[in-house]
Amino acid sequence: MTTLTAATPKSVLTGAHFLDGDQAACEGALAAGANFVAGYPITPSTEIVERFASRIPTVGGVFLQMEDELASSIAIVGAAWGGAKVFTVTSGPGFSLMMEHLGYAAMTETPLVLVDVQRGGPSTGLPTLPGQGDMMQARWGSHGDYEIIALCPNSPQECFDLMIDAFNLSEEYRTPVLVMMDESVGHMTEKVVIPEAESIKIFPRRYTSLPPSEYLPFRPGADGIPEMVKAGDGYRIHVTGLTHDEKGYPAMNWQTQKTLVSRLVKKIRDNGDRICRWEEHQTEDADIVLVAYGITSRVAQHAVKMARAEGLRVGLLRLIVAWPFPEKRIRELAARIHSFPVVEMNYGQMFYEVERLAGSTVRTELLGHGGGMVHQPEEILQAIREAAK
Amino acid sequence: MSTLPIVNPVEPFLRTDRMPHIWCPGCGIGTTVNCFARALVESKLPLEKVAVVSGIGCTGRVAGYVNLDSFHTTHGRAIPFATGLKLANPDLSVVVYSGDGDLISIGGNHFIHAARRNVDITVICVNNFIYGMTGGQVAPTTPLGATASTSPYGCYEHAFNLPFLAESSGAVYVARWTAFHVRHIAHSMVEAINKKGFSFIEILAPCPTLYQRRNKMGDGLDTMKFYKERSIIKNGARTHDVDIDLQGQITVGKFVDIERPTLQQSMEQQLRHTLRDQYAGMGGD
Repeated sequence: MTTLTAATPKSVLTGAHFLDGDQAACEGALAAGANFVAGYPITPSTEIVERFASRIPTVGGVFLQMEDELASSIAIVGAAWGGAKVFTVTSGPGFSLMMEHLGYAAMTETPLVLVDVQRGGPSTGLPTLPGQGDMMQARWGSHGDYEIIALCPNSPQECFDLMIDAFNLSEEYRTPVLVMMDESVGHMTEKVVIPEAESIKIFPRRYTSLPPSEYLPFRPGADGIPEMVKAGDGYRIHVTGLTHDEKGYPAMNWQTQKTLVSRLVKKIRDNGDRICRWEEHQTEDADIVLVAYGITSRVAQHAVKMARAEGLRVGLLRLIVAWPFPEKRIRELAARIHSFPVVEMNYGQMFYEVERLAGSTVRTELLGHGGGMVHQPEEILQAIREAAK
Repeated sequence: MSTLPIVNPVEPFLRTDRMPHIWCPGCGIGTTVNCFARALVESKLPLEKVAVVSGIGCTGRVAGYVNLDSFHTTHGRAIPFATGLKLANPDLSVVVYSGDGDLISIGGNHFIHAARRNVDITVICVNNFIYGMTGGQVAPTTPLGATASTSPYGCYEHAFNLPFLAESSGAVYVARWTAFHVRHIAHSMVEAINKKGFSFIEILAPCPTLYQRRNKMGDGLDTMKFYKERSIIKNGARTHDVDIDLQGQITVGKFVDIERPTLQQSMEQQLRHTLRDQYAGMGGD
């Protein structure tokens, strides 16, 4: 397979559509040039692979339903090294099973996208109802040290847009990228505008131009990121999840570990400012800034409107990229506001990031619950009133 | 008269800069790699189009020593990795090379499903009857009564009969040899790599350090003698009948060699049948 350098009209359904978030995410992936999915059904993510299975044969590519999430999450890694542009999708229980290969992809610097349409947990939890309890698992779920990129759309339109961004980030940084949806965003239907193929920017795979005699598969470029080849190109590469040197050979010592793992961490951490994305509503004069993401951000935005009607000086910081976390911006705001309520469908995950960065200077508060239903604007409003006292 | 430098014919197939390897004296894995190199010579395949995928364990280290595109993956997941690699790049000959614990225990589910789908890959399973790398624990291939570090009083679980498992799951080519049968192994490897579909070779191999020693079966050489004495070649034998026990006869040979559409063939045929000229193919070059 070849990875495209530009979106092709065949894969891009240019025009205005009425799609749910799952379907829009699939269209975003197709627009980004995804041509290989290995999937395993799980509510509430299944519609993404159903649509891909239906669409890809007419676009050109492969869909394969695997025997489990362990298989689907490693089959896409294999396909990526075969030259394909790949993703898979899941929800909580499957996300847990995929952690092994999230780590493998991070370690082998395999570009791929993994979508988690979050439902209530733990365990099988609430298959058909929303949750946001996988946010820290997204950050820390696989063992060992690595940095991750995680995006969290709050509308079907953004599911489309952020899937393209996710693929581009995965190619740019050669890393797995997570798209952390939630059941509500996945299953809500709204207008989605798909642009012309020519206007979609695609970050091409970083294929090397060096001949095999000069190429080392894990030698980083000036930006800390190595160039890639695919199997069959005559480079005879070795790829392993073991700690490896620039040749890709295993090396069981602390020096190689330090060189490799610090680079994996730094290539994301040092680019945090470029990767971080958020959106602010009415934070200019705010004393209170809500922090929210995904479906919860839409309820929070409504609560801000209600509170403003009462004359309360409140704003919203919506995370578009959850990881890396916008540390600098939270610290800046903390210098001038007095309260950071964090609204999320869990018992405290992104909240701890806000507390870590701002807890010593401003009041931080968690408005959390375990999922199953979205917050009511009134309960957020009540919390804003309390914070304003 | 000038003398030509003596080069071992398998050397070009090995990453000699990674030697010495990790395998113990008397271990059978290196023997099978030697056979594999000879099979590649015989197959005349362009080496840039051969990829080796391994899982975890002693045999899982094969990927690191062969001078080919090679992938050392996660424990048990070599087969689904290979499935993705093959479908994304159908020009490759993809060979999964791993051990019994990796392929049949933790990876057992993937093994049966890849055989069912008839993915066009070759799976080489070096069966040493125990987990070697972690110190000789009992495996789903350990014969009844055999001692392992986690079956110190003798194994009381029934072992899988791997050729039977492979055939009943859908493999189109199934053979078994021991590390003694080097020419047969190389020949089977050529056949298996050339075979369209899921081909499977089980190679019984000594682990003198952890299996033979614990079971008082001698060293590597003793095991070769044991294999020579106890093996009976029965090509076409019913896989149902080829169970292995601790001290008994070992049936070896080519058991299965049939034709069945591969996953790729079935996929393309079905999609073309239903979608006709709408079908855009697998996204190849």
